[in-house]
Amino acid sequence: MNKIIKYVFYDIIRNKIVLAYTLFLLLLSFGLFNLGGSPDKAILSLLNLVLLTVPLISIVFATTHFYNSYEFMELLVAQPINRKKIFMSEYLGVACSLSGAFILGVGVPMLIFGASITGLYLLLTGVFITFIFVALAFLASVITRDKAKGIGIALLLWFYFALIYDGIVLIILYAFADYPLESATLAMTALNPVDLGRIIVLLNLDVSALMGYTGALYKSILGSLWGIGLAFGLMLVWAVVPLASSGRIFSKRDL
Amino acid sequence: MKDPTKQIFILAYVLALMLGSQAAFGTTLKVCPTCPYTSVKEAVAAAKPGETVLVEGGTYQEHGIEINKPLTLLGRNNPVIDGNFKGQILTITSDNVTVEGLTLQNIATSYRQDDAAIRVVQRSNVRILNNTILHTYFGIYLQNSDNCVIKGNVVAGQDVTGKNESALGNAIHLWYCDKAVISNNRVSGHRDGIYLEFVKDSEVKDNLSEHNLRYGLHFMFSDRNTYTHNTFRKNGAGVAVMYTRDIRMEYNTFEDNWGAAAYGLLLKDISNSVIHNNTFRRNTTGIYMESSSRLDLQRNDFDRNGWAVRLLSSCTDDVFKFNNFTGNSFDVSTNGDSQLNRFENNYWDKYTGYDLDKDRVGDVPYRPVSLYSMLVERVPPSVIFMRSFMVDLLDSIEKVLPSFIPENLVDEQPLMKKIEHDNDRKLAQVLR
Repeated sequence: MNKIIKYVFYDIIRNKIVLAYTLFLLLLSFGLFNLGGSPDKAILSLLNLVLLTVPLISIVFATTHFYNSYEFMELLVAQPINRKKIFMSEYLGVACSLSGAFILGVGVPMLIFGASITGLYLLLTGVFITFIFVALAFLASVITRDKAKGIGIALLLWFYFALIYDGIVLIILYAFADYPLESATLAMTALNPVDLGRIIVLLNLDVSALMGYTGALYKSILGSLWGIGLAFGLMLVWAVVPLASSGRIFSKRDL
Repeated sequence: MKDPTKQIFILAYVLALMLGSQAAFGTTLKVCPTCPYTSVKEAVAAAKPGETVLVEGGTYQEHGIEINKPLTLLGRNNPVIDGNFKGQILTITSDNVTVEGLTLQNIATSYRQDDAAIRVVQRSNVRILNNTILHTYFGIYLQNSDNCVIKGNVVAGQDVTGKNESALGNAIHLWYCDKAVISNNRVSGHRDGIYLEFVKDSEVKDNLSEHNLRYGLHFMFSDRNTYTHNTFRKNGAGVAVMYTRDIRMEYNTFEDNWGAAAYGLLLKDISNSVIHNNTFRRNTTGIYMESSSRLDLQRNDFDRNGWAVRLLSSCTDDVFKFNNFTGNSFDVSTNGDSQLNRFENNYWDKYTGYDLDKDRVGDVPYRPVSLYSMLVERVPPSVIFMRSFMVDLLDSIEKVLPSFIPENLVDEQPLMKKIEHDNDRKLAQVLR
């Protein structure tokens, strides 16, 4: 399994997209840290970026990679190797290389300009989101054999988590404005890893004071180490569930 | 001059005057460990009206000193009167008393009575100058006392984090006192820094009020007062003013009142008042206005607040003019759509319009209320979507095609450049 991971890893690094991704993140983080007065402000701007581009790049890159290495996978399947192992190696290879790029691109500037616990949360959020969206991408790719369709599904998934979901929740909140919605909002945000990551980072910045009662409630739940653990645990579930289901489909499917 | 009797008469008159003044100013009674008087209480009791009690440096363990005649109680070389948590230190029950240069400390918290370091009861023309008051329940407490001066005092309490409001008193507390002057004081570590109730025609200036549990300045039913050049910083809930009319607030600084329930300035039922040239910096809410009408807000700076202005729809006829709004999360938010307030010639850093005729006034109107701020006002839990991409998108769409945000809450002539309030007379004249 390690050998396959290694191979996938080298393959990804050789095609230079991940390198470009690292460079892009590096430039952006350096720019933001230099521009904004305080590291907190830069983290806030970085957060917006991380929550938008990291899922997009992860999901699109992982989907195209999966389809591009289809022949390689077919070749491996012909060997006496467990299908699940092949699938997991592919997943880990892609997810690790992308999150490595993220850690390098955002983590290094953060270390230089002001490491803080909030920065660590941002980094962790980014890594988790990478793993989650690579898993979602693999799910989209095993559902259909058609590359265009697969990328379409992946993009839709990104669109849903980054944009549509928030819109739906806002509509629900607006429609039920007369009811106490704090716990309901909490539950609904837990159902979207992007929101979960955003809230973890926001609550650790001083803008959280603007969030009033809802913010206080969130802070009482997510403020403790236990709560943070719970939030990251939820994100782990978000990575494991799509991965497990896509792995199952992959191992049963006629290639 | 030729009449000798007249000269003698004048001489006698002058002599009489001098004697009289002797009686008026009196002698000085010294208090120190080696003096005839070793305690302040004895000296005050022995002094005749108009005399001066001079307290020399040292520590005096005393409480319950009552000044019931016009005296001057003067401290030299920083004497300390330690109340030892046994009760009130100074009670003034006479007109024309001056207390100056003392350090008064240690008053116990009491739930039965409001013990203060200095209390003035129903008297006027009392002057409390340059005292230091430490670790007290109430610092300076004036009730039914007119024409008093509180100047240059330092009233420092304790670290208020985690304290209960009812376990703390106010640093400077005035109740039914007219024509008071409160200036150059530094108050901290109490429930309210400066508390005024039913105080009219008074002046509060050059004070610094910080780190108080509740409000830096708190007044109610206190008409026709002037507040200038004060700084209110890092108070639990900022500054709250209620049920008052005809006040002037100028050149004050409200900063770092940051927290879930903090305001720079909370206005409730305030009318006919003037708020000019103030600075609101890094407050959760710069100004929160409720049922306030006919206010004139001009040349204020709102910088890096969460909400610069929260204007509830119960406010009418308020005018915002020549204000700077920079770096606020929300510029203006409101809870209704009927808007009877005016915004004119303000500078908004979020303004994206253009100025073709180069008159320094933007050609397209600016709507300071964003869709998201309306939504947050209507559905508070939606604040959790702050910084979400969806929200930014909604705001941008609404800015291009306004349909939900209040039609009338608009600055028709937003300024293109930030106003430098000190040297901006020319532009202001042009616009007038």
